[in-house]
Amino acid sequence: MTQPLERNGPPRLALAHVSKSFPGVKANEDISLSVRPGEIHALLGENGAGKSTLVKIIYGVQQADEGSIAWDGQQVSIPSPKAARRLGIGMVFQHFSLFDAMTVIENIALGLDEAVDRDELKRRVAAVLDSYSLPLDPEREVHTLSVGERQRIEIVRCLLQKPKLLIMDEPTSVLTPQEVERLFETLRQIAGQGCAILYISHKLHEIKALCDSATILRGGRVVATCDPKAETTQRMAELMIGAELRQIEHSAGAGAGAVRLSVAGLSLAGEPPFGTDLKQVGFEARAGEILGIAGVAGNGQAELLTALSGERLAERNDAILLDGKPIGQIGAGPRRALGLACVPEERNGHAAVPDFSLADNSVLTARHRLPLAPFGFISQSDVKRFSDAVIKRFDVRTTGTSALARSLSGGNLQKFIMGREIGQQPSVLVVSQPTWGVDAGAAAAIRQELVDLAAKGSAVVVISQDLDELLELADRLCVINEGRLSVPRPIASLSIKEIGLMMGGVHGTAPGSGAAAHA
Amino acid sequence: MLEWRRRREPSTLMLGLSPLIAIGLTMLIGMLVFTAMGYDGFHAVRDIFLTPFLEPQRWPDLGVKAAPLVMIALGLAIGFRANVWNIGAEGQYVMGAIAGTGVALATHGMSGWWILPAMALGGIVGGMAWAAMPALLRVKLQVSEILTSLMLTYVAVQVLYFLVRGPWKDPEGFNFPQTRMFTADQTLPIVIPESLVHLGIPLALVIAVIAWLLMEKTTAGYAVKVVGLAPAAARHGGFNADTVTWATLLASGGLAGLAGLFEAAGPFGQLTPQFPTGYGFTAIIVAFLGRLNPIGIVFGGIVLAATYVGGEIAQTTVRLPQAATGMFQALLLFMLLATDVLVRFRIGWRGRTA
Repeated sequence: MTQPLERNGPPRLALAHVSKSFPGVKANEDISLSVRPGEIHALLGENGAGKSTLVKIIYGVQQADEGSIAWDGQQVSIPSPKAARRLGIGMVFQHFSLFDAMTVIENIALGLDEAVDRDELKRRVAAVLDSYSLPLDPEREVHTLSVGERQRIEIVRCLLQKPKLLIMDEPTSVLTPQEVERLFETLRQIAGQGCAILYISHKLHEIKALCDSATILRGGRVVATCDPKAETTQRMAELMIGAELRQIEHSAGAGAGAVRLSVAGLSLAGEPPFGTDLKQVGFEARAGEILGIAGVAGNGQAELLTALSGERLAERNDAILLDGKPIGQIGAGPRRALGLACVPEERNGHAAVPDFSLADNSVLTARHRLPLAPFGFISQSDVKRFSDAVIKRFDVRTTGTSALARSLSGGNLQKFIMGREIGQQPSVLVVSQPTWGVDAGAAAAIRQELVDLAAKGSAVVVISQDLDELLELADRLCVINEGRLSVPRPIASLSIKEIGLMMGGVHGTAPGSGAAAHA
Repeated sequence: MLEWRRRREPSTLMLGLSPLIAIGLTMLIGMLVFTAMGYDGFHAVRDIFLTPFLEPQRWPDLGVKAAPLVMIALGLAIGFRANVWNIGAEGQYVMGAIAGTGVALATHGMSGWWILPAMALGGIVGGMAWAAMPALLRVKLQVSEILTSLMLTYVAVQVLYFLVRGPWKDPEGFNFPQTRMFTADQTLPIVIPESLVHLGIPLALVIAVIAWLLMEKTTAGYAVKVVGLAPAAARHGGFNADTVTWATLLASGGLAGLAGLFEAAGPFGQLTPQFPTGYGFTAIIVAFLGRLNPIGIVFGGIVLAATYVGGEIAQTTVRLPQAATGMFQALLLFMLLATDVLVRFRIGWRGRTA
């Protein structure tokens, strides 16, 4: 029963001229926005545009330096998240705070401000699940749940408090298309009952599909407030990044080259406690092509990357062939020397050392293919020259090669890492989530470099949860689900719906898939 | 109201300054505590921290005490950089001295230039062997090296007691629990005539320079640092954490063992039950005071040596108990750990922005 938006009366939340500075950066500057009851309001912006800071101010995690907040027409101050919850603000964070080894109901109980009797809580949770027809078993342990189900726990947590404003921070980044649809239905129902929703995202088509209005942030300021249904996605994207979008240029006739990377029967036990086992993974990547590997987070992507990079060794040497040479049981350094470069998903602490300078981070992986450390002595001048070249070619915004990796924004560090690997001219590049958390401008540049690398005769394997990215980049696509990899198919022969079903574990023709239901 | 504010980047100024602030605070608090206890606190602190530097006749003694501290701390610091926490350097120090003394006793009555190098080698091997046990247990069974290395210290000391009271007791020593005195060929040569300054002191400086080169200029030093800072990145970069654990424990054990042998073949000239003086533990403070930097450790070693030398001075001048030295050293470590917060945080006024 959707109610019409309450056009009259005070807005549920109104920010007026809110500013917030951190040492060296103005995160928010003179931001005003208002959300009415029942409205789904998008907060749109690139990484670093100030969305997170603004939301933290609304949720009481941080305090604004200037400006005021009005709640149902009353001036309020929100000194803490607890105060925010008391007002009726609920928030679902991008990264869930759940205990994997506990049940759904135990996790919900831990998140409540007041102690609630267990039976009473069960009854209330059941009521919420029922009224929003959310499928979720309160007695399941969290580590057995999909990401979409985990998100539902967080939503139920908020709904128990009967919120008047629900904040959703990048809620769809790890969901399958089907799970996104399901989430949108739930959100529309919540809004229909008069709850305001602040929806944070940079996915434009989702905002068009879901939201009634949008505030676009760039560089900490509001650049536009618009009706997303009336705007084109192209126009909103340009407002968001402040420049015209670059289109990826594919060169013709790619993907017909020789097999460069061949994986067959690769099995590997997941790392305890909640890792996913790789089961008989096999694929080939050819010179000149980009092979996409789609899948929902936690289905073996991390294990696949460490198995390919050599951080963990395969059981058989011939499980992985690089240009025909078996490398399954040789380590990460020698593999790189032979021409296999890998970029893991996690930048800080895996692909790069946050407390090292960029120059030192070059040494981490580039010393095998480039003469950066003859006889074990690191040549600082050669390292600096290589790092400078990467910074220049990939337009890394930094103070120089001596800047600490941790001082760079996520997008800039990712550009540096991609540049470090591509700069070594690998014959095969395997990269996981190449543009995760990277702003649209940098993402386009990184994707272009991947296309160019393939065009020069390398094989590129992209593991990503971002379907749009894979559809844009890949020549062939396969899906990883519970540690199994589907047979790669040309991208033209696949529909989004098909891919979505495969990501959710419905392989259709896969025999014996029932046995894999419990990993 | 005062509050802590996180710095955007660690302060390099505070990286250098915080050990000095820690020394200053140690002096101040030490002065207040001993004054409150009825001693002459001002003179106590002056004699412990300043007199050893102001009186040139104390300098050789300062060097003799600093050399083993520096050598042990250099090895420990390399391990600490890799998150390998060898707390049992005292045991490796004693074991090195025992093994080197074993060589000395076996070569009793012989002469030749090779005897002292053989003893040094024995010292290194003894220390390494004692550090190899924590390394093996950590790599194979994930047992914390903090516990195993510390516990092995007490085993080493008991082995020493057994040897000097039993099989290694000097047959001409009137039944005192001690080994034979080392012969001239078994004793560290004096490098400045008519002084206590033995060969171990310049060697400690040379080892510091080598350690600095190793840590700052080579892929081996890089491996140690990256394993300590980001183990997953180390694996990604093709570095083996187990190899680093072995190498750093063997290096710190070997250096502690060599320091022990130098102490036995230098100031002591024999092994006695009084041999374990706690240098292996004090060296932990030296390593942190020197910010785990080999050159910083040389200065840190001199400061801690001053607390030993100055502690003896203060015993006679202001009748401070001997335990006061240990108290000052512990206070210094405490202050070092406390002032470390200044590297990542600064103090500001609440409600005002930078």
